[in-house]
Amino acid sequence: MERIREKLSILADAAKYDVSCSSSGSKRKNTDKGIGDASNGICHTYTEDGRCVSLLKILLTNYCIYDCAFCVSRSSNDIKRAAFTVDEVVELTMNFYRRNYIEGLFLSSGIFKNADYTMERLLKIVKKLRTEERYNGYIHLKTIPGASEELINEAGLYVDRMSINLEMPTEEGLKKVAPEKSHEAVKRPLGIVQNKIQQFSEERKLIKHVPQFVPAGQSTQMVIGATPENDMQIMHTASAYYKNFSLKRVYYSGYIPIRMDDVLPVVQPPLMREHRLYQTDWLLRFYGFNVHELLNEKHPDLDMQVDPKLMWALRNMHCFPVDINTADFQSLLRVPGIGRQSVQKILEARKFGRLRIDQLRKLGIAYNRAQYFIVCADTPVGLGSLQEHQVRSRILSLGKSKYAPAFSTQLSLF
Amino acid sequence: MIYLFDKSFEGLLSAVFDRFEYRHDVSRLLPADQAQQALFEEAHTVYSSNAKSERVWNGIQTKADAAWQRIMYCAFLSELTEVHHTLFMVLVRLFAGQVDLRNFGDAAILLLSQTAKKVEREKHRMKAFIRFEKSEDGMYFARIAPDFNVIPLIITFFKNRYADQPWIIYDQKRQYGVLYDTDQVHHIRKLPEDLSDHMLPDKPVQMDEDETLYATLWRDYFKSTNIAARKNPKLHQQHVPKRYWHLLTEKKIIWE
Repeated sequence: MERIREKLSILADAAKYDVSCSSSGSKRKNTDKGIGDASNGICHTYTEDGRCVSLLKILLTNYCIYDCAFCVSRSSNDIKRAAFTVDEVVELTMNFYRRNYIEGLFLSSGIFKNADYTMERLLKIVKKLRTEERYNGYIHLKTIPGASEELINEAGLYVDRMSINLEMPTEEGLKKVAPEKSHEAVKRPLGIVQNKIQQFSEERKLIKHVPQFVPAGQSTQMVIGATPENDMQIMHTASAYYKNFSLKRVYYSGYIPIRMDDVLPVVQPPLMREHRLYQTDWLLRFYGFNVHELLNEKHPDLDMQVDPKLMWALRNMHCFPVDINTADFQSLLRVPGIGRQSVQKILEARKFGRLRIDQLRKLGIAYNRAQYFIVCADTPVGLGSLQEHQVRSRILSLGKSKYAPAFSTQLSLF
Repeated sequence: MIYLFDKSFEGLLSAVFDRFEYRHDVSRLLPADQAQQALFEEAHTVYSSNAKSERVWNGIQTKADAAWQRIMYCAFLSELTEVHHTLFMVLVRLFAGQVDLRNFGDAAILLLSQTAKKVEREKHRMKAFIRFEKSEDGMYFARIAPDFNVIPLIITFFKNRYADQPWIIYDQKRQYGVLYDTDQVHHIRKLPEDLSDHMLPDKPVQMDEDETLYATLWRDYFKSTNIAARKNPKLHQQHVPKRYWHLLTEKKIIWE
């Protein structure tokens, strides 16, 4: 018992810097009275840092032949090493899953011997779960860079999501901290899986029963703040990968100094910056924004004081105010303080009469922020003529984000 | 006129039936145990009937889409007097043709949809926070104490997911639960104290020999997957509210 406890704590500790914990997007159903399904996306608990725990996130081993400066498991780092056996991982997953602790398994590994040898072990685990344990829960598998195409393709038949990390937003940044790695080595497996997904979805149009292949798609991750890239470089990279590899998600991980190292600066994790990047990511994927509108040569960095949607609105005051009672979906979507759900509600509700301020508040829009950018039935005359800096200072002085203390780098006395 | 009902869904629908049957002018729908509030007005006690409620439910199906039927049922499961009253009033207006369910500018409509949202959230939490404990005979047992009566909403989910293991989900607050025997789901109810004496098992239920191991491993995992440098207790508590802690394997205090 003590040995397995020690292994779990070592290998969970090493895996936790992979941010992805999503368990949604797959359509895997429980068939023939097996165990589990992966069609939901449930966060079973949250750690004390407020991140969700949906998957059992572990490394198969933290022995690694590479020496990447940003990674805890780098070969030169003097830490405890451990390795699970195939059966141990399967047992842990099944027993956790049956108790409703987790939504599935996130399996990654340090690279021991070589890429194919590692990938074979990982494949053995996912295959055993699916075929012997009749497990239909979620599986997220990290693709091992350099693994052969056959192994990647076979693994794709058993897992829900595959991912491989870009690590640093630019090639130059990556070269600095991990000379053995390159973005090219990431693009190859991403491309292999993307092609296969496409091929399967083509076949599905013709043949009814085509096996599932990575139904929840691929994702990747970048470390933020370890290398000097600006927000524009980060988001342009993200946007390009979304486009070229049809990624489901790009994750941004604020760099946490693990140990002193002369290559990397020692700082607090840039939580606010990370948050703003995620907001931008959402604007790109769900709000119809183009990355160039938000970040360009003139504005290479995001505004830390206000969210990116408000930042864009303040820069484009000529697009406002929009009339809540007449504006179309796209223009409503661009109003700060109005989200997708609120837009839907507004479109429905305004069929029954012109909407007033009190109704908008009740619908759940952030009126304090939105008021400078909209007109509705009873908007007082004269509000619309404020200058950019006036709107900005009013919003900043009135609203105080409830998240502000969490993102503050200021130490608290109490 | 004040209507008194037995807090069941059939009761509420039967009340709608009575309202049209007797053409009462109803000012409030109250649970029968709060009848004292009806001091100054005439009260009518609604008798729940399957026939009546079924007719009303069929009527609702022709007037409201599936999404709204679900909203109404979820709002009912909130067990809140005010929401029951509002649901009743909305149904009366629905049958009288005086309400459009798409009008979120209407306070009653908004209340129903917001309450349903809360109930759905609680349902989702239960899908996440239920923790099974395995007993010696292979039964997986979970206790819950949700704010709203969400068991009816989660049965299918757990039945589909844990199809090959027997399980019980028991609501401590409402003293009832469901049992799945790997084939069918049965409702179970706690017996009154005086009847249950001779029903007590001879010995306390034994846990599976590996139960402690996996509970411990889970608590270990919960600790080691945390990143201390990013500590954010407020966010943590917002996601995992304290009222659920006593039933969460990873959060409850273990006396050793």
